[in-house]
Amino acid sequence: MSSLLKITDLHVSVADTPILKGVNLEIRQGEIHALMGPNGSGKSTLAYALAGHPNYSVTSGTIEIDGVNITELEADERARLGMFLAFQYPVVIPGVKVADFIRHAISNIRNPDRKEGEGLVGMREFRKEIKSRMEELGMDVEFARRYLNDGFSGGEKKRMEILQMAMLQPKFAILDETDSGLDSDAVRVVSEGLAKLSGPEMGVLIITHHERLLEFNPPQYTHVMLGGRIVETGDASLAHDLHANGYAAIRERHPEAAADNAQAEAAAV
Amino acid sequence: MSTDVPEKADVEIGDYQYGFHDPTDNYEFKSRKGLDAEIVAQISEMKKEPEWMRQFRLDSLKIFESRPMPDWGGDMSELDFDDIYYYMKAAKEQGRSWDDVPDDIRKTYDRLGIPEAEKKYLAGVKAQYESEVVYGSLQEDLEKQGVIFTDTDSALRDHPELLREYFGKVIPPEDNKFAALNSAVWSGGSFIYVPPGVKIDFPLQAYFRINSQNMGQFERTLIIVDEGAEAHYVEGCTAPTYSSDSLHSAVVEIIVKRGGRFRYTTIQNWSNNVYNLVTKRAMAYGDSLMEWVDGNLGSKLTMKYPAIYLMEPGARGETLSIAFAGNGQHQDAGAKMVHCAPHTSSRIISKSISKDGGRSSYRGLVKVDDGADHCKSNVVCDALILDPDSKSDTYPYIEVEEQDVAIEHEASVSRIAEEQLFYLMSRGLTEEEASAMIVTGFIEPLVKELPMEYAVEMNRLIELQMEGSVG
Repeated sequence: MSSLLKITDLHVSVADTPILKGVNLEIRQGEIHALMGPNGSGKSTLAYALAGHPNYSVTSGTIEIDGVNITELEADERARLGMFLAFQYPVVIPGVKVADFIRHAISNIRNPDRKEGEGLVGMREFRKEIKSRMEELGMDVEFARRYLNDGFSGGEKKRMEILQMAMLQPKFAILDETDSGLDSDAVRVVSEGLAKLSGPEMGVLIITHHERLLEFNPPQYTHVMLGGRIVETGDASLAHDLHANGYAAIRERHPEAAADNAQAEAAAV
Repeated sequence: MSTDVPEKADVEIGDYQYGFHDPTDNYEFKSRKGLDAEIVAQISEMKKEPEWMRQFRLDSLKIFESRPMPDWGGDMSELDFDDIYYYMKAAKEQGRSWDDVPDDIRKTYDRLGIPEAEKKYLAGVKAQYESEVVYGSLQEDLEKQGVIFTDTDSALRDHPELLREYFGKVIPPEDNKFAALNSAVWSGGSFIYVPPGVKIDFPLQAYFRINSQNMGQFERTLIIVDEGAEAHYVEGCTAPTYSSDSLHSAVVEIIVKRGGRFRYTTIQNWSNNVYNLVTKRAMAYGDSLMEWVDGNLGSKLTMKYPAIYLMEPGARGETLSIAFAGNGQHQDAGAKMVHCAPHTSSRIISKSISKDGGRSSYRGLVKVDDGADHCKSNVVCDALILDPDSKSDTYPYIEVEEQDVAIEHEASVSRIAEEQLFYLMSRGLTEEEASAMIVTGFIEPLVKELPMEYAVEMNRLIELQMEGSVG
């Protein structure tokens, strides 16, 4: 049976300011969901809250994977249960080599009971695996020896996120504006990479402003977020419609959420 | 410039794994506690030294007594000179093979992994236990090429002419109170002479071990790298964990002659009850290269600023310093570069990590003498602070008496960012693993300068320091 990520009436605050106000969403392995919405609607907050960022506190509601409540778990414990977030702004870790980091990470993910100091995934098989994954993503194998995201261009960072996703093979991947700030070639590479990776084993939530990523990865569901909740859900045509016509109609149909959103946007400025 | 930093990272010091000790009741000789002319004369007599050395010691004692304690650096108010044993001899003779070394002591070095390392990648080894060197070896082919690697006591006996010429010349007893103390009661240490043009491919290693409570270890190292010669010397040090304090106060004098290259690597891992007050200085002559690689992980208080005097044009000096200050530790470390001649260059790179209330200070001097034009100096010091209880300070001193020079100084202080921790944890690393990885990455630019075996050792020690974190 395929796994299920179930988000029920999720309320999340950041520094005591409520951002998410009752989000409900179910994602099954093998499904692709698009999450769209104007600035300040809470898309990235949802992404961070799902991954377990300590500054995003769940004030009520639950996040479950296959009936297991993960709302209180640390980020690393969630990762071991199959959660993955591709960051909008990947973090630079100076001095830590990409290969060392990924080898350590997959050792923990693939052997969730692994104790510290216990053996890592074998060097030979690891090298083989990362090399072939990098080739699939059109990455120079030399990147494995560089320091994590240190001096990487925007496109290189995003590709590095997709590489990590490929190596970690999560059950649920959230892509937080993975296509932002990239030129069209880079968007194509990332889109194709994701298309190769997603399949029956992965449930994907794509947070995006652009259409390109969705062209390569057509969503079964499109959700629109406004003022901290999901106000509408449709199919791929909804995403297309929003790209073409913007959020004015959505705002009109959901005046209360629109007012909340306007407030959040004003606060962010 | 002092920097306090808010928040984050619950990391604790792991257990110090070298805190064990051996019995001391079967020692050959143990001086009474405290220091006076009688003790100094007794040490000299035990060693059957020539009169000039005896006099040198007694004169140094007077200098030591006449000098006030430093009013800068770390807190030495609990250091009681009367509560220390200044000389202890654990074994009757120095072993030429590990089988000659008394069982207890040999087992200690086994646990420290020295004999094994010797077989694998060292050109020679000296093992000092308390005041005396208990084991020594040197590859035969190096001996044939005229390389001398012995303890300084034996050198005084076997190479008196070299000792008369160089001993106490780079660092005279008048230099500072602790140099005077060492000059009065010194024992053991390494003596190295590398003849002109001889290049030693593998490191020479010395290992210093304090075993007794209230022990004072005062090794004295003198190294002469002759013209065009090359060598790398590595020292390691550990001690048992006691509730009362021990004192380690070494003097290291180095001369690198024209065209020579020398690297001196220290991985200091004393237990947290050792005062480590060390004077290290090298003189680098024309077109030579002197490098200090100085790793300070242990001790209660370390005050150590390896110096390089660039004596002639073309001399280069480089110091790479890593300090790790944990609970109850103060690492006051840095470097000195003195440009005495034109067209000399120096570089200081310092990385410090403070956690669990530890304090690390960078203290460095770049000095350019009058007439030393066209000098270049570059100083970079980065501090990483892991929690709000810990501290980092920077004390850079620059004294330039010449116009036409290029001096750069950069300093940064950072703490482990929450975003870095979250990023790594979101990939399945525990908070502890993530912190350790960030710290390892922070010092990586220095660690990669070390030979493979020492890089592995340094990373392992850092990981140990980071262990037991996150409750």
